[in-house]
Amino acid sequence: MKAGRIFRTSTFRLTLLYLAPFGILVFVLFAVLYWATLGLIDSQTNATIEAEVRGLAEQYGAHGLDRLVQVVAERSGPNGEKGAVYLLTGPDLHPLAGNLDAWPETRNTVSRDGWINFEIDRSSGGNATTRQIRAKVFRIEGGFRLLVGRDMAERAAFRAVIAKTLTIALGIAMALGVAGALYLSRMLLARVEAVAETSRTIVRGDLAGRVPLQGSGDEFDRLSTSLNEMLDQIEHLMTGMRAVTDSLAHDLRSPLTRLKGRIENALRSQPDGPHYRETLERANADVDAILATFNALLSISQAEAGAARSSMSRVNLGSIAQDAFDLYEPLADEKGLTLKPEIEADTFIIGHAQLLAQSVANLLDNAIKCTPQGGTITLTVRRGRDRSALVIADTGPGIPASERQHVLERFVRLDASRSSPGSGLGLSLVAAVAQLHRAALRLEDNNPGLRVTLEFEATAGEDEIKPQAVP
Amino acid sequence: MHILVIEDDVDVADYLVKGLAESGYVVDRASDGRDGLFLALGQSYDAMIVDRMLPGLDGLSIVQTLRAQDNRTPVLILSALGQVDDRVKGLRAGGDDYLTKPYAFSELLARLEAILRRGTGEAGDPKLRVGDLEMDLLTRAVKRAGRSIELQPREFKLLEYLMRHAGQVVTRTMLLEGVWDYHFDPQTNVIDVHVSRLRQKIDKGFDHPLLHTIRGAGYSLRPETA
Repeated sequence: MKAGRIFRTSTFRLTLLYLAPFGILVFVLFAVLYWATLGLIDSQTNATIEAEVRGLAEQYGAHGLDRLVQVVAERSGPNGEKGAVYLLTGPDLHPLAGNLDAWPETRNTVSRDGWINFEIDRSSGGNATTRQIRAKVFRIEGGFRLLVGRDMAERAAFRAVIAKTLTIALGIAMALGVAGALYLSRMLLARVEAVAETSRTIVRGDLAGRVPLQGSGDEFDRLSTSLNEMLDQIEHLMTGMRAVTDSLAHDLRSPLTRLKGRIENALRSQPDGPHYRETLERANADVDAILATFNALLSISQAEAGAARSSMSRVNLGSIAQDAFDLYEPLADEKGLTLKPEIEADTFIIGHAQLLAQSVANLLDNAIKCTPQGGTITLTVRRGRDRSALVIADTGPGIPASERQHVLERFVRLDASRSSPGSGLGLSLVAAVAQLHRAALRLEDNNPGLRVTLEFEATAGEDEIKPQAVP
Repeated sequence: MHILVIEDDVDVADYLVKGLAESGYVVDRASDGRDGLFLALGQSYDAMIVDRMLPGLDGLSIVQTLRAQDNRTPVLILSALGQVDDRVKGLRAGGDDYLTKPYAFSELLARLEAILRRGTGEAGDPKLRVGDLEMDLLTRAVKRAGRSIELQPREFKLLEYLMRHAGQVVTRTMLLEGVWDYHFDPQTNVIDVHVSRLRQKIDKGFDHPLLHTIRGAGYSLRPETA
């Protein structure tokens, strides 16, 4: 995977975007910590000096100057506190006691209340170093001056340590952040690449390509699943289209050839001959049959493509069935068949009224055609709480179990009915309409005969109107 | 009757004009949408036959323009687009009827007659009469020569449609659309059985038949023979 691509991923950028304010926040936090710590040390130092000053003032007040000199000399000696600095001078700045050589230059920073910070040169163990001193100065009666201070070396050392530690910590945090960003981006880039790779496979012509799932059920897997479903649909449609073209070519060739034959025959015969007119009429009928096939195919394709879904609305399956029963009942009666309605009125579903009517008509038509005299055809509409069903059962020869899937394809005529009129598209339309309505289509044995069931999702009654688009 | 035909396909237009002229109509024609609209606005026609796909201005726009101008001339729309939704679009635009190509000429003729009749407007007469056959729309009673006839609800609707189109040719497709609101062809002649049952009830036992079969076209309810 090219490194450059990782840097361009949105994941990387987003992570950096997140990292930036986070980093600033951490930096600010550390800075505050740093200054707070230093401030604490400073105030502690000041407090120590102040306390000492007070102590010395008491000594002076109680026992006089000599005592003061003595105490200062003591504290300045080898037994005194390490890092403590004292100087007691006379009015002429001549040192009287203490461990400083001379009064510090007042050029150094002097704040109010007598606080000063200055530098001195100290040599310890042969090394000459410059030390920072913080001290308080004040005057005593008679012009004497006293300076009490502390070496800030420790403070400086501490400051250095803190600064170093915090900087390292910040550095590690940022480095980890960037590393994390890179790792995350790489991982997600791999997932996205998988999808892109599958697309390329399909574009190259292999319709069977699918996005691999990681199995974690995360958003990428969900996206991949949706994409795979979409690809399934595309493959199905493509295959369907190829099949239609193949079937069309195959199944329309016969009637067209027949038609051409008839017309050529008529052209060869006498224009006033007795068969001339009859041939033309038959030719016209052939054309009608071919057109009917085309129309049916178009309806099926449109239903399969879901184009009709936007015009679906709340329809009454009961009345659709009732209308179909009305239409076919006389025909059934004439053929010596009993058409029995078992229709529950007011059974509502979301659907396409015309396509549903056509489906019921096709099923009834099939049943009437294949059921022998004396048989019974039952038309049932069953209303359920969750699902409603439309069932058409006959007592005809039925369809063998092995053929039940095959018979739903276009132009399939079972051997038994090959010679009777019909385009073989009736059941394909029913199958396409079932798919459009997301309904279950079942072909089962009616013992004897065939039972066709269409199961829909039920919809509420009067109070809930849904006139438009179906999700 | 003066008819305007707006159709761009020369062969189809010739065929239409010839057929209509032979049926006794006076026909004007246009092969372009704009020319057609111009003619339609300039003269008053009894009916128009308009193809949907036209150069210049499409059929539906022509109808919409006419309706916007309060022109109520009956319009029959012809189209190769035959899905239900296309039909709905055509009727919504202001068309009175919609016929899918290719069509049988007898079908077109029958529908033309139907919209012409509609154009003349009928009063809300609660009684329909054809010869000695009477139908009372309020009481749902049907009588012929004074004798009461029992009809099932669907048979009543069928007879009502035939009576409203009395004297005209009514095709099977028209009956399917008008009585069942079915916009597809069930292939089998289901309608024929209904008509023969109706015939049994209203013609059998009376001195002359009212319900006639018109070969190659459909049916017609009229007192005299075709």
